[in-house]
Amino acid sequence: MKKEILITIRGVNKSYVKHIVLREIDLDVYRHEFLAFVGKSGGGKSTLLRLIAGLEQPNAGKIKQGGHLINKINDQARMMFQEDRLLPWMSVQDNVTFASKKPDDQKEAKKLLSLVGLTEYANAFPTKLSGGQKQRLALARALFSHPDLLLLDEPLGALDALTRRNMQDLIMKICQQRKITTILVTHDINEAVRMANRIALIKDQLIKEIFDNPYRGIDTNEAKEKRALISDEILNKILN
Amino acid sequence: MDNTIILKKINFSFRKIIPWIIPIVIILFWQLIVSVGWVSATILPSPWDVLKDGAELTVSGELPKNMGISLYRATVGFVIGGSIGFVLGFINGLSKIARLAFDSTVQMLRNIPHLALIPLVILLMGIGEPAKIFLVAIGCMFPIYINTYHGIISVDQKIIEMGHAYGLKQSAMIRKIVFPAALPTILMGFRYALGVMWTTLIVAETISSSSGIGYMATNAEQFMDMKTIILCILIYALLGKLSDYIAKNFEIIFLEWRG
Repeated sequence: MKKEILITIRGVNKSYVKHIVLREIDLDVYRHEFLAFVGKSGGGKSTLLRLIAGLEQPNAGKIKQGGHLINKINDQARMMFQEDRLLPWMSVQDNVTFASKKPDDQKEAKKLLSLVGLTEYANAFPTKLSGGQKQRLALARALFSHPDLLLLDEPLGALDALTRRNMQDLIMKICQQRKITTILVTHDINEAVRMANRIALIKDQLIKEIFDNPYRGIDTNEAKEKRALISDEILNKILN
Repeated sequence: MDNTIILKKINFSFRKIIPWIIPIVIILFWQLIVSVGWVSATILPSPWDVLKDGAELTVSGELPKNMGISLYRATVGFVIGGSIGFVLGFINGLSKIARLAFDSTVQMLRNIPHLALIPLVILLMGIGEPAKIFLVAIGCMFPIYINTYHGIISVDQKIIEMGHAYGLKQSAMIRKIVFPAALPTILMGFRYALGVMWTTLIVAETISSSSGIGYMATNAEQFMDMKTIILCILIYALLGKLSDYIAKNFEIIFLEWRG
């Protein structure tokens, strides 16, 4: 079956003053896939994600989603940032619905809070939540408008190992259930290989290589070994 | 009842009493030194005499009338000055062009001590109500301006970016993000301005007035009426405390989320 392309990126360059961040980026993102960007810190992974979100514009080249050029904020995408960026003056539930214009959205907000396990905190302020709970709330907020595309900019970087693992599982489960195309930026190669179907290695401002990962989400020993091999291969390519 | 709960209740009541212990001790000591004659009652009247004087002035209607006038001046001045400061601070905080046009001028004016304007204000406006209200307004305007302005320009840019990424339009951005984020700083300015409001009014009423608490104190000075002078000072202290209490409660209500 032919895969449907959701996002096309062609000839994208991005630089700040004289510092080139990305050059000649060509990439297709398929509908319902889970794609990860990996590479060294400051290598342009987050910049590419921000270009797709419409938070920044490329100096050259085009990014299209569903055939529409992204030249302003991408309404069909929602982003989770490294910091939770919650609004501390709003209740947990209001944080989920804060960008909504529809009055009957509370039902959907409650559903999402239940999905991320925060029902009991619906009326509390975010200050009452732990780091992991705050990121779960940020995830519920990102899912609220039923986006076609979920952009994850290292959202699990500040979490402890166990919470991080639980969040990875939660994100994978929800994205699969809701059939959301997801792009994850992470510096953790193991995380990328655990979560993504495809992993794009960004190095020297270019997409150097794209790795297919058919072993994602499989818990057999063989799959784990294969994932470890892919991780090693990516790591070697980053280091060389 | 559980012992811990009883202890907590006692502890809670005790905590409510603590702030009043020092004022009560001072008043008792004051009463004692006057009653036993260590200090002459003509130089320092006892708290009891001051209280009696307050009761007499209340019955005669003089105290309520002057308090009403002072409160009126303070409130009107605060509302006018505070509103101008808030609007200017808000606009300059939001708009780079407005900031370029107004901020330097406002900062320059802010550095003039507003009480230094009294002679000029008397010459230009006389000693009527507008002069005193003007002085209070000027005094209150700058703390609210500065805090509103800084509150807005200090809003975390990452949260603003999140708002953009989630499609907030400008009015929703101001309502849902910028204003609530700036509110703690704005309320700090509000609280500070309330203090300035009373200081300005005291000085303005003492120097040029024919009514108000400050006038009562100046008038009492002519007749060496120490009881009324001290009564006026105590009223100012109480009004100042009341303002602070109101400001604190605003913070409790509007900044509940800070826990």
